[in-house]
Amino acid sequence: MQNESAEAGDTPPGNVLTSISTAAPNDSSDRPRPRPRARRMTKAKRRNLRLGLMFISPWIVGLVVFIGYPVVYSIALSFTRYSGMGAPTWVGAQNYITAFTDPLVAKAASNTLFYAMIAVPLALVIALVLAIAMNQNVREVALYRTIFYAPSLIPAFAMSFIFIVFLNPQFGVFNQIMNVFNEGNVNLLGDPTGVKIAIVMITQFGAGNAALIFLAGLRNVPKTLYEAARVDGAGPLRQFFTITLPLLSPVILFNLITGVSGALQVFTEAYVITNGTGDPDAGALFYMMYLYRNAFGFAELGYASALAVLLFLVGLGLALTIFRFSRRLVNYDVEAS
Amino acid sequence: MSTPLDQLSKGSAEALENAERRHELGRRPDGTPRPWWSKITARLVMVALSLLFLLPIYWMVVSALKTNEELAQFPPTLFPQSWEFGNFADAVTAMPFLQFFANSVIITVGVVVLSVLSNFVVAYGFACIDWPGRNKVFYLVIATLFLPFPVTLIPMFDLWARLGLVNTLFPLIIPAAFASAFYTFLLRQFLLQIPKDMINAARVDGAGEWKILWKVVFPSCKPALGTVAIFAAVAAWNDFMGPLIYLQDESVQTLSIGLQSFRSVHAQDVAFNQLMAASFLVILPLLILFFVFQRYFIRGITIGGFK
Repeated sequence: MQNESAEAGDTPPGNVLTSISTAAPNDSSDRPRPRPRARRMTKAKRRNLRLGLMFISPWIVGLVVFIGYPVVYSIALSFTRYSGMGAPTWVGAQNYITAFTDPLVAKAASNTLFYAMIAVPLALVIALVLAIAMNQNVREVALYRTIFYAPSLIPAFAMSFIFIVFLNPQFGVFNQIMNVFNEGNVNLLGDPTGVKIAIVMITQFGAGNAALIFLAGLRNVPKTLYEAARVDGAGPLRQFFTITLPLLSPVILFNLITGVSGALQVFTEAYVITNGTGDPDAGALFYMMYLYRNAFGFAELGYASALAVLLFLVGLGLALTIFRFSRRLVNYDVEAS
Repeated sequence: MSTPLDQLSKGSAEALENAERRHELGRRPDGTPRPWWSKITARLVMVALSLLFLLPIYWMVVSALKTNEELAQFPPTLFPQSWEFGNFADAVTAMPFLQFFANSVIITVGVVVLSVLSNFVVAYGFACIDWPGRNKVFYLVIATLFLPFPVTLIPMFDLWARLGLVNTLFPLIIPAAFASAFYTFLLRQFLLQIPKDMINAARVDGAGEWKILWKVVFPSCKPALGTVAIFAAVAAWNDFMGPLIYLQDESVQTLSIGLQSFRSVHAQDVAFNQLMAASFLVILPLLILFFVFQRYFIRGITIGGFK
């Protein structure tokens, strides 16, 4: 009962995907509301406010200590030279100037971009295929779900070990298969482009997580839509493109954004495969590897902070761009329950 | 009046799922069973996909059981000619495996306990107490879901270094005590499905919020807490970058970086069968966890999470 009276104007953020899209307009429509609301707060409301804040206090502390403070401090550090010992010295925009002229930053950024351009779209397609397979009406579907998800449990470093053995130039199975077709050893991990392709392959086995999110979306598509389409004579392909894809678009958007964000941070596979060097020819030197090397290899914490801030800005910019472009394509109309 | 959601929060999700299964799987709309071949194309595709996705685990297990000579053979053998179970013992003794294992267990247990507790309490604050402005604050929780963590990496390292806690397990455990956006979101979605009347009745009876949290809400949301526990366990067990940054001494290292440094030290002469054996031992606890609790994995996302 307490519930109904409060905050009629708020849309409860029940769905992470729709709430992203409605957050901005909602906040602005709230602004003109007169202030005295706080003064008119009843005793019960004040009590609830106190209790609510008490219960979420762990999150508030976490927000301040583990997010707010580090973000602000990161920005401040990015204008300094700091080795982790002593006090940081102010260098103005020097770190940013260095970053834009550092050939290894350019190399790392282009490697990361190359990886993201292949891995992100591929992962979306694979995850969607898996989700559709997980959603089939067959008796043993639970078994397929288990099998498709299981590789997502294998940690990145172990999956990288498997591929190191699999792609080994002397006796790796991959190489032996290639040998059947042509002479000469193929050393995928010894080639600057090959190693990136290998890392794309490794990460695709983790598609299970995105697939589960797609599966949740698929199960929310009202079955009556398909029945209606069938009555109208639409085949399975037509149904997929006119019903499934449009209704999945918010989920696609979510997986796309998390996918891009993850791809910008690709690290572990490259670190394990190259033992942290990023070789051959800096072909596996991804942005996070170079950031890590500056921070923990060269103790250039100021410069590494500038790199982190740049990554943050690029990530934010990409996410906002995707949102903007997706506005026409994403369909929030059908809310199945 | 009893909607599926009510049933869910009363803990009879299983019954619901079974009913759904009976209705859907392998049956015609009239309820008669379909013949096994009715979905033959779909099955062929799914079996092919299954083989592809089983390949890494199969390859790992088979390589772990071969001799190094057999690993180098062409054509590769599908099954080990002699089953070298000794590889597992060799792998465990070739590195301080038990030490790594113990550290991984300590971190994982700590993270799971703290994550479940903190996210449960915070999610209760967002779902079950009705305070002015809570939905707006919740948008902030969702926003932090999209914050790329590298931007916090260096200041956090600096902070832990100043506290003198680098090279201890604390930097990897303590942050779990302060709730995280994804788990809070997941639990909140679940808690919102609990009938308000149940909670309000307890309030009328004079129960405090803390008591309601444990006596009324906790019993009906064990499945959701199980989901959070499992996701937190997998993330902590598999974490690589955190241990890489904070744990430099061998005595505090976890399995993930312990194995990596074992390989990089023996880069030239590393025994691949031992590496595969050790890797398999690392993922074995997760695979067992997954097979025992797999309902929680899949239902956690499909029902509690992203509706």
